Amino acid sequence: MKNQLKMYALEIVAILVLIIYMLPFVIVLINSAKPVLDIIVDPLALPEDPARIFTNIEAVMASQVVRYTSSFISSSIITIISVFALVIISSMAAWVLVRTKSTLSTVIFMIFVAAMVIPFQVVMFPLVSWFHRIEVFTGLINTPFRLLQNYPGIILAYMGFGTPLSIFLYHGFIKGIPLELEEAAKIDGCSSAKTFFSIVFPVLKPITVTVMILNGIWIWNDFLLPLMVLGTGNAVQTIPLAVQHFVGSFVRRWDLILTTTLMGMLPVVIIFIFLQKYIIKGMVDGAVKG
Amino acid sequence: MVTFFMFLLPAVLSFVIVIIVPFIFGVYYSFTDWNAMTGGADVNFVGFANYAAVFNDPRFLHSFLVTVAFAVINIIVVNVVAFSLALLVTNKLKLVGLYRAAFFMPHLIGGIILGYIWQFIFNSAITQVGSNLGIGFLATSLLGHSQWALLAIVLVVVWQNAGFFMMIYVAAIQSAPAELIEAAQIDGATYLQRVRNIIMPLVAPAFTVAMFLTLVRSFQQFDVNMALTAGGPAGMFMGQAIPTTELLALNIYNTAFTVRQLAQGQARAVVFFVTLALVALIQVYFNKRKELEM
Repeated sequence: MKNQLKMYALEIVAILVLIIYMLPFVIVLINSAKPVLDIIVDPLALPEDPARIFTNIEAVMASQVVRYTSSFISSSIITIISVFALVIISSMAAWVLVRTKSTLSTVIFMIFVAAMVIPFQVVMFPLVSWFHRIEVFTGLINTPFRLLQNYPGIILAYMGFGTPLSIFLYHGFIKGIPLELEEAAKIDGCSSAKTFFSIVFPVLKPITVTVMILNGIWIWNDFLLPLMVLGTGNAVQTIPLAVQHFVGSFVRRWDLILTTTLMGMLPVVIIFIFLQKYIIKGMVDGAVKG
Repeated sequence: MVTFFMFLLPAVLSFVIVIIVPFIFGVYYSFTDWNAMTGGADVNFVGFANYAAVFNDPRFLHSFLVTVAFAVINIIVVNVVAFSLALLVTNKLKLVGLYRAAFFMPHLIGGIILGYIWQFIFNSAITQVGSNLGIGFLATSLLGHSQWALLAIVLVVVWQNAGFFMMIYVAAIQSAPAELIEAAQIDGATYLQRVRNIIMPLVAPAFTVAMFLTLVRSFQQFDVNMALTAGGPAGMFMGQAIPTTELLALNIYNTAFTVRQLAQGQARAVVFFVTLALVALIQVYFNKRKELEM
């Protein structure tokens, strides 16, 4: 009985914390449904006409600074390709690093891990300058495959910056998988590539989910790297860049700014609501293994 | 052997192109008069001149101190909140799935978007509450006072990250042997005693990981800083006007783009890297020792 009372008390505490945690989202939602003057009068009041939210959304959709559809597509292309590339290259690398017992593999692994403390700020200026030189040197600058202000450069950048953590996670997981299956495949005459992709890779699924979630959240929301590599106001822009550019050019139009932040959050929140079971499981599993 | 290199090649190649080469260039440029992103071939060696300038700049020194203060407060608060949330959601609560999902949700949203949202909350919503309730202190924006503005950044970053670190602690608590905790309960250990003497030692490795990650992230904080305070409000330090909440990452960015001194920015970044690497090593060393003691 006493225990049950305690559980009810805990449940109430948890609900209170939950409400406090969600308040900022509520404030965004109610103010996205108001004209700017109502926000100035009372930002805490409920909207008089909730349908106003569609007017604000239309205004943001029409904005030539936000270019919502195009920014959404760019963000999706960059996130999806980078995440898939990271999954493939990191799992391949981690597999041979675990399975080849040599000083060389230990050293390579240590270098990847040590690189995790290199702050982005040390490499960001030289990275842009060096990408520019590659473009000029190879003549890519005048083609659709140029690196800066374009997809190839930013995807390559994410592949580089994402490998240390992804290899680290895969490395930890692969160490725990028994060798037998791979050896049987080898005896049956499977090539290394076939062994890896048809036998090992499927076994890595739990950690692959974690790697995809962590890199996906990071890349989708990242701001400084796209700012450096893509720049502001160019054809290819991500959602965080669009939001920042918009706020910079519409000071004090909080109705539109909050609607923009709402629309910026919406895609991730929707995906999270549908996949939360897997995302939360992936996070917890990854934390145990890593 | 051929397989070994073929499988490593894509990862190593992108890693070298994106991190190693720019890193080497970056350290080299910090000793030169590098000044245009497009150039690079025509730079002159200037020795330690950039570093001397860095350590004589009140704005940088202030930024350094503020970053250390921010990191210390942030590491403590994020981990205390995350661990408390983890203890809360490892109970057999009815809506446990909902709590976990909700506490994790702010982590899904980028610092730029969150920074703007909270700027609105601090400047408009909280001031409204202040004037409604007649609390004069809250009626003006907290972002206008330098100490409060720094704590405001902490609050937003904690709200954004506590749910993520909560997951790390939840995983550790769940993998701790339940018999041990139950046995202690039967022996009459109070809840706090169980947390202090059984759960905390069992999840010590999770503390090492979480503290390392919060440390690195606190030092690299940029997005929320830029969107929430943009370094403001202005203040005085060593007789010079400076932005009082400009953390190191923002200071480096501003040096390169607003003040247009790339080599200077690069020298600052190298100082930043060395500091971070040293602090991270020391922190991991002490946490590992603590793990063994517990």
